[in-house]
Amino acid sequence: MEIISFILICIGILFNLLGCIGLIRLPDVYNRLQSATKCVTLGTCSILLGVLFHFGFNEAGIKAIIAIPLLFFGATVAAHALVKGAYLFGIKLGDKSVKDDYKDVEKS
Amino acid sequence: MRYIALFIILFILWLLLSFNFTLTNIAIGVLVSIITTILFGKYFIYGGIKFLQPQRYFWLVVYLFIFIWECIKANFDVAYRVLHPAMPIKPGIVKVKLGIKSDFARMMLANSITMTPGTITVDIIDDYIYVHWIYVSTDNPEEYSQKVSGKFEKYIKKIFE
Repeated sequence: MEIISFILICIGILFNLLGCIGLIRLPDVYNRLQSATKCVTLGTCSILLGVLFHFGFNEAGIKAIIAIPLLFFGATVAAHALVKGAYLFGIKLGDKSVKDDYKDVEKS
Repeated sequence: MRYIALFIILFILWLLLSFNFTLTNIAIGVLVSIITTILFGKYFIYGGIKFLQPQRYFWLVVYLFIFIWECIKANFDVAYRVLHPAMPIKPGIVKVKLGIKSDFARMMLANSITMTPGTITVDIIDDYIYVHWIYVSTDNPEEYSQKVSGKFEKYIKKIFE
C-alpha cells in the first residue's frame, strides 16, 4: 500500500511539473490552458489517489475521493470559461494557428 | 421533487465532507442544505425516473474506463508536445456538429472533450460545438468530428439521454 501511494504521488508531481513547463513554453493563452487543464488535473487526481491509498477508507481518504470529481468539474468548467472569456476579450490566436471557425460567429 | 433530490445529495455530501456525526454538526448540515436548496434548486437538472434504470450505470462504468484511458493518453500527448524542442503544435478552433439534444448530456460531452487529447470546448451555439484543438491534423470536417467527439457521443447518448 505504501509503495502504491508513493508511486501515485510521484506520478502526480511529475505531471504537475510537466503542466507547469507547458504553461511557460507554449505560445498563447489557449495552448497554455490546454497544458494547465489536462496535466495539472490528472496530476492532482493522482496525488489524491495516492493520499487515499496512504490513509485507507477513513476521514482523509473519503475527502480525497470527493475532491476528485469536484476538481474535475471545476477544472473543465473553469478552462471553458477562461477560453471563452479570452476570446470575447479580443485576444488573438497565436501565430502558428491554422484555423479559426469561431471568428465569424455572432457574439451575444 | 427536484428540491428534495438536491437536498438529499447536498446533505450526504456534507456528512461525508465533515465526517463528524454529532447532533450540532448534523443540524448545521440540514440548515446549510436547506438554504442552498432554496437558492439553487431551480438550476438543478432532475432527470426523474431515468436515474433508476440499471443499464445506464453499466454504460457509465464502461464509459469511465474508456474516459480514464483517453485522459492518460491526453496527458502523454500534451507532455510530448511540451517537451519536444521544436514544439509540434498546429492550434486552431474547429466547429463540430453535435448529435445530442439534452442539456445535461451536452455538458458531460463538453467536459469530456476538454479532458481528452489536445481539445478544449470554447462554446456551444445551436447544434455546433466550437473546440480549440492543439494539433489540427486534417481539414475534413467529417474526419475531425470523428476524432474529437466520435468516441464519446454514443456512450453519452446511452447514459444521459
